[in-house]
Amino acid sequence: MSSISPWLGAGRVGLTGWILLGATAAQAVNDLPGGPAVRQMSYAKPATQIAAQMDWLHSVMMVICVLICIAVFGVMFYSILKHRKSRGHKPADFHESVKVEIAWTVVPFLIVIGMGAMATKTVVAQKDTTNADITIKATGYQWKWGYDYLKGEGEGISFLQTLDTSHRAMSDAGQPAGDDYLLKVDNPLVVPVDSKIRIITTATDVIHAWMIPQFGVKQDAIPGFVRDTWFRADKTGDFYGQCAELCGKEHAYMPIHVKVVSAAEYTAWVDAEKKKIAARADDPKKEWKLADLVARGEKVYAANCAVCHQANGKGAGPIKGLDASPVVLDADKGRQIAVLLNGQNNGAMPAWKQLSDTEIAAVITYTKNAWSNRTEQIVQPADIVAARK
Amino acid sequence: MSASTPGHAPYYYVPAPSRHPVMMSIGLFFVVFGAGQWVNAHAWGMYSVLFGMLWCAFVLRQWFGEAAAEAEGGLLSDRVDISYRWSMAWFIFSEVMFFAAFFGALYWARVHSVPSLGSAENALLWPDFKAAWPSAVAGATASPAGTVEPFRTMGPWPLPTINTALLLTSGVTLTIAHHALIAGRRASTILWMWITVLLGVVFLGCQAYEYMHAYRDLNLKLSSGIYGSTFYMLTGFHGFHVLVGTLMLLVITIRLMKGHFTPERHFGFEGAAWYWHFVDVVWLGLYFIVYWM
Amino acid sequence: MSAVLHPGGHGHDAAHDDHHHAPHGWRRWVFATNHKDIGTLYMLFSFAMLMVGGVLALLIRAELFQPGLQFVNPELFNQLTTMHGLIMVFGAIMPAFVGFANWMLPLQIGASDMAFARMNNFSFWLMIPAALVLVMSFFMPGGAPAAGWTLYAPLTLQMGPSMDAAIFAMHIMGASSIMGSINIIVTILNMRAPGMTLMKMPMFAWTWLITAYLLIAVMPVLAGAITMTLTDRHFGTSFFNPAGGGDPVMYQHIFWFFGHPEVYIMILPAFGIVSQIIPAFARKKLFGYASMVYATASIAILSFIVWAHHMYTTGMPLTGQLFFMYATMLISVPTGVKVFNWIATMWRGSMTFETPMLWAVGFIFVFTMGGFTGLILSMAPIDINLQDTYYVVAHFHYVLVAGSLFALFAGVYYWGPKWSGVMYSETRGKIHFWGSLITFNITFFPMHFLGLAGMPRRYADYPMQFTDFNMLASIGGFGFGLMQVYFFLFIVVPMMRGQGEKAPQKPWEGAEGLEWEVPSPAPFHTFETPPKLDATATRVIG
Ligand code: HEA
Ligand code: HEA
Ligand code: CUA
Ligand SMILES: [Cu+2]
Repeated sequence: MSSISPWLGAGRVGLTGWILLGATAAQAVNDLPGGPAVRQMSYAKPATQIAAQMDWLHSVMMVICVLICIAVFGVMFYSILKHRKSRGHKPADFHESVKVEIAWTVVPFLIVIGMGAMATKTVVAQKDTTNADITIKATGYQWKWGYDYLKGEGEGISFLQTLDTSHRAMSDAGQPAGDDYLLKVDNPLVVPVDSKIRIITTATDVIHAWMIPQFGVKQDAIPGFVRDTWFRADKTGDFYGQCAELCGKEHAYMPIHVKVVSAAEYTAWVDAEKKKIAARADDPKKEWKLADLVARGEKVYAANCAVCHQANGKGAGPIKGLDASPVVLDADKGRQIAVLLNGQNNGAMPAWKQLSDTEIAAVITYTKNAWSNRTEQIVQPADIVAARK
Repeated sequence: MSASTPGHAPYYYVPAPSRHPVMMSIGLFFVVFGAGQWVNAHAWGMYSVLFGMLWCAFVLRQWFGEAAAEAEGGLLSDRVDISYRWSMAWFIFSEVMFFAAFFGALYWARVHSVPSLGSAENALLWPDFKAAWPSAVAGATASPAGTVEPFRTMGPWPLPTINTALLLTSGVTLTIAHHALIAGRRASTILWMWITVLLGVVFLGCQAYEYMHAYRDLNLKLSSGIYGSTFYMLTGFHGFHVLVGTLMLLVITIRLMKGHFTPERHFGFEGAAWYWHFVDVVWLGLYFIVYWM
Repeated sequence: MSAVLHPGGHGHDAAHDDHHHAPHGWRRWVFATNHKDIGTLYMLFSFAMLMVGGVLALLIRAELFQPGLQFVNPELFNQLTTMHGLIMVFGAIMPAFVGFANWMLPLQIGASDMAFARMNNFSFWLMIPAALVLVMSFFMPGGAPAAGWTLYAPLTLQMGPSMDAAIFAMHIMGASSIMGSINIIVTILNMRAPGMTLMKMPMFAWTWLITAYLLIAVMPVLAGAITMTLTDRHFGTSFFNPAGGGDPVMYQHIFWFFGHPEVYIMILPAFGIVSQIIPAFARKKLFGYASMVYATASIAILSFIVWAHHMYTTGMPLTGQLFFMYATMLISVPTGVKVFNWIATMWRGSMTFETPMLWAVGFIFVFTMGGFTGLILSMAPIDINLQDTYYVVAHFHYVLVAGSLFALFAGVYYWGPKWSGVMYSETRGKIHFWGSLITFNITFFPMHFLGLAGMPRRYADYPMQFTDFNMLASIGGFGFGLMQVYFFLFIVVPMMRGQGEKAPQKPWEGAEGLEWEVPSPAPFHTFETPPKLDATATRVIG
């Protein structure tokens, strides 16, 4: 940690008087390595060179600001104490001095230029995304992250990252628990230590932002455009961040978890992942039975749709219910398929093209046969393949 | 005729309490409330908007009638006259800034967003998009997602050029009218004013025809991607300002016919003229930037 | 405000006024053309909006008291945040300053009224339908807009019908602001009493003149941005839609071209108020009057070229990042000049600390802290971690609440006796000040820590490690709210009822300026014929 942290840390000890408040928050919680610490009062603990520079800059800025404050307010409070009427002080009658006015214009100007100069090197380094070892595309969806390993070891791997559903439920119930509350995801992003990782961000619906404070990285993910940023983690471990651009109702529920592992572990992970991909690749030509497809669809529904449409299919607020929905019940399967592939209402209902043909077919079949919907209709993966064309 | 005898006007005329402002806001409440519903396909919103607009028009008539009567009644000193001048000037400045937002959008689209959507990096998302401006030229795709139907752009020839000529001429006829007013030749003033109003109306007609042509023959629509958006919003807001300017000139002409204004004191006339010249200058910007470049 | 109870404040001679009915009853307010009445209306309106916005803030703070959702669901939470921001900025702070301008500018420059009295009334009455439509949006299908007060596209494109209501409401407020600014500019440029040269004008008039220019330059730009949002939503345009060649980031550029000058619109008149109060209670002339004017103008000019410091994380090119960083930092220089001049004014004065002075000194102290956090945010590399976290929330509440709002309170205590004719209670004023200062810091200081530790803003729920500071902030927030209720009940209400010691014409020994040359409360009409001024333009001599 940096120069000023020690005395900030000292403040932390002084906060034991807190128990008073802490008692109400009953649930014990510990620092989360790679994530926030309890009552953390200082800049994120750096895990990359860039973050270390940022931390240093912040400390220097703090010192400069505190010094200026002491100087300026020292004078002010001295004057407030001494130059009072009650102490019999008579007002002086100066009200101008070109010399001091020039001085206190020029000196701050120089200070400010100095600050800018200090920061310039880091800005340049932050922007230099060339020569990456691994390039990963991070796509923001409402409300999850999608990753595609584009270049380097692991190329071809791709998966979605969502908040652990139990955490979302705890939030609704008002019963939070755990050191990684709201930060636990199903699939962490895995990267090797000491390698330059370039993250290309984009989004499909609205703007999100991909951030990991300890890497000193935050980059908006803008629909229709690509932006990039990079990091090179110094140490292995788990690192956490959250979506940092208001993106709709579940904005607080799309965390980011990066697992930094050694090169060997990374290679092993890539191999395992590749095998899984092969296994998972459903054959879109397969003809499914209704019950199997519904069972598969229920899982897809729980993972993707239930956040908005609710497990009971009733929707909530502006979100349409699926139970007894005319589109779902329609004998023309094409209508619902189109909604899933293209989205609706300016993306308030997002497009779900990124799911596999089988998953889309399964989830549609499920909704057509769940709750009070008893259509007995079945949508096969082949239908989706056809509709995608 | 004006009874304005300076010297008798109060130092600075402060009008008596007035019901017009609050009535006007009631009207505007119906306009905005209705508009918010109308754009969301609640048909009744339209009636609310219409009702509100009629209400506002009615209030404005009374308000301006009263203001004109004050001017003609000689209540306004030179100082008030200067106030009117300043206010009109800064109002026009605020209008300039409004257009600046849309010109800015056009600039950003041409210089930044379209080229970068077609850049090498963005090929990751839009592999088939070939960026070019206007996005209708040969070899370009109309929009990154291919959701925009092909269209052709509106060139400067012949309609926009005719329109330029119309507006420039109207600036000249308006100035002739002004000189005639100063010289005290009222009949001539009124004649030239009518010609100016007529030129404004013809301009609007041409503009309407141009839009029809664009929709029908060029397939250029409001929804034709960023080109259509900037084209219609810029020319559309300009057209709306021409409409307002024409109405202003019309009111001034009618007041002239009623015998308002004197060769020395006629800020109502000048204010409308300034506005008209502003509309003119915006058009020149449009003509070169939107149609030629 | 006591004029409320003594309507018809006569004193205008018939030669100048050919209407024989002195205004009375509700007509006096609804049809008002008197700058003082309109000023009062503006201030009451903005105080009401402060309460509405404050209640929304307290709902936010209640929800954030603990992790987990307790009171509201995330949709509603976002609506609360958005409406809190919009209402505070457009409904509370801006109209409050316009109210001050209405009351004080004609008095300070020796004018009989505002230049356009009817348009002045119109500016005010436009705020009412706008506020109604805005607040009503909570009851529309889908609830109020929930895209943040910055209304970023493309999230706005997903909002329900209330978004359109909000857009139209903001159009109207913009029109009101533009008319109000034109009125202020014309009044200042054209209606000063003879002898009141520009460089003798009180600082408050100067800061408002410059603010009014900012307003007419940027309000139309905001109107443009939200109009594009409207057409994107309903008429098929693609300004912010990349599928049609548009760009969501373009919205941000246009918005912040308005938005950054907007924050100075909310602080420059505050600087003006403080520049009046400090000399009055130091019993010494304002130090460096000319450099104060130039500093204000420099801040205004620089404010046009720094907007993208809100957008460091959008992925600007390197040169953009550097340009906006340097430009933003430069603003500290003229702001510093102002701070130094205030302190130099106090230096070797003969100070007393009545409530207005306490607020003014409190302002300097706490605003400067907010300024420094702004400076830290302006440093691009640091901001990468702080952008869109509670650090930003802390920063702007330090400058907006402890800046703009504190200065407004200072002004109410300073000029309140002139408005109402009665003195407030000094003890109560001090309770209000100290109570607010302490609870303010309890509310917003911990937010710096939350931001440094990475808690994003606009979050309905947060990881458990952030709990304690959030609790503290919530407790402070409720305390701060209570202090404002106290202010209303124990300061504002008595003032409006005319209860309290009768105010002398000039309650402050060291105060200078024409407003102190008329009785307290200021009569309905003042300076109907321009006063003759002495050489300093602070006294009437005939
Ligand atoms: C009254 C309103 C107000 C004022 C006055 C300011 C003043 C400043 N602001 Fe602030 N700002 C806001 C309101 C305001 N701001 C709001 C509302 C937002 C958030 C919007 C949103 O996203 O919702 C914001 C956000 C914001 C950001 C974006 C943060 C982010 O989203 O990542 C930045 C970044 O540069 C910034 C910087 C500054 C700076 C440098 C100043 C400077 O003007 C401060 C200058 C003052 C001083 C520096 C102190 C006094 C000086 C001295 C004592 C002299 C000596 C000093 C030196 C030598 C350095 N502000
Ligand atoms: C312009 C001025 C302004 C003012 C004065 C305030 C005042 C307050 N703000 Fe404000 N705030 C903004 C402008 C302002 N805010 C803006 C622009 C945003 C950004 C919005 C966005 O992200 O889009 C914001 C966002 C914002 C957030 C972040 C929300 C989020 O990111 O999700 C929070 C959180 O604590 C907050 C809290 C408060 C509090 C506690 C007050 C207090 O000072 C309020 C004091 C309370 C009162 C004045 C009420 C008076 C009391 C009553 C009427 C009776 C009830 C009282 C009791 C029972 C105690 N504000
Ligand atoms: Cu995604 Cu916020
Ligand atoms: Cu800013």
